[in-house]
Amino acid sequence: MMALLLRDLRLAVRAGGGFGLALAFFLALVTLVAFGTGPEGGLLARIAPGILWVGALLASLLSLDRIFALDWEDGALDLIATSPLPLEGVAAVKALAHWLTTGLPLSLAAPLLGVLLHLPGPAQGWLALSLLAGTPALSAIGTFGAALTVGVRRGGLLLSLLVLPLYVPSLVFGADCVRRAAEGMAPVTPFLLLAGITLGAAALLPFASAAALRAALR
Amino acid sequence: MSLWEYANPTKFMETSGKLLPWAASAAGLTLAAGLGWGFFLTPEDFRQGASVKVLYVHVPTAMMAINAWLMMLVASLVWLVRRHHVSALAAKAAGPVGATMTLCALVTGALWGAPVWGSWWEWDPRLTSFLVLFLFYLGYMALWAAIENPDTAADMTAILCLVGSVFAVLSRYAANFWSQGMHQGASLSLAPGERMDAAFRYPLYLCMAGFVLLFVALVLLRTRTEIRLRRLAAIEARERMA
Repeated sequence: MMALLLRDLRLAVRAGGGFGLALAFFLALVTLVAFGTGPEGGLLARIAPGILWVGALLASLLSLDRIFALDWEDGALDLIATSPLPLEGVAAVKALAHWLTTGLPLSLAAPLLGVLLHLPGPAQGWLALSLLAGTPALSAIGTFGAALTVGVRRGGLLLSLLVLPLYVPSLVFGADCVRRAAEGMAPVTPFLLLAGITLGAAALLPFASAAALRAALR
Repeated sequence: MSLWEYANPTKFMETSGKLLPWAASAAGLTLAAGLGWGFFLTPEDFRQGASVKVLYVHVPTAMMAINAWLMMLVASLVWLVRRHHVSALAAKAAGPVGATMTLCALVTGALWGAPVWGSWWEWDPRLTSFLVLFLFYLGYMALWAAIENPDTAADMTAILCLVGSVFAVLSRYAANFWSQGMHQGASLSLAPGERMDAAFRYPLYLCMAGFVLLFVALVLLRTRTEIRLRRLAAIEARERMA
């Protein structure tokens, strides 16, 4: 499992576009939103929680189609499937690698972008925390979507259509957590619900992903 | 004699062929009676006026939008557990019907909302979850269309349907958490004080029965089409081999 994780991380870093691309996309998106709405501070602060969370969703969506597609094309996925590691483990490791290269850097960089959008001080910490707690679910869901579309040519758009509705609960609770923190209310309840979704997704979705991979490889 | 006999396509075609005209004509009659009763023979609501008559399409289609997904869920489970092709094809057949029901519920809701709430669209939890449900239907149908191998497609969509059901329920509760709605509560509650007056309720029951029958007839028809398409593909493949 470690070997697979290290291999995926190394591929993501060396092939370019692992860490950097998602972050750059996130930054570009936030800049574009500011251009789109105008530079008025109050408005930006009000929509910042939603924008930052939607930005994180879209940024993690970007690299999903690479999770299995490249391994599928060069045949590595068949080798991985015949290895002693169960496919459930493969799916979990792939999701973890995806999170380490997108979700984690996004969560750490998000407060910086929060400053750009005039997000009030106490909400910054909750933004990073909620993204840290919520993005693993996005990676697990995304891995599931990637497993469903693994054999599909030009599956990128289909993948987005499948995965985005599944992101709804995480987005609702994550953005609500930050919004409550920004407005000075207690953000703990949505945070706990968000963490619950992540734990449930991390526990159950690898099995669904493995079932989908088995169907694709049959 | 057991239910699983109908998993045999020949047996299914035989029985569904006999059943289909009955289901279709029953659906037509019930819908004509229910909608006619609802539209022409019920009083107008004292506050909403004639716009209340949207009820007779809105409520049954909304109900069938959810029930169609439930039926797909059961059919997908049967496919995953017992590998009956008819079951997978029935789930495939129900997808577009359910999506249409969802769209009908959304559109009639907008038509009803415009005069009564004063807006075509509100970000109300129920409306939003129906929009999400519609996206689920679209994704489900797109996945069926995208995968070439029919067995793989059946597997993938069945798994998607299972996972999607969990997330659809989650989204429903997340949407409740996210905004307070304008939608009224249960209209068909069994408690006498809360439910609608009998003048509205009985034609509504009839319409609901009509839409259930319509759904059954459409799914039977579409499943038969899918089975014939599958047979055609098999014949073509055999001829290419020969």
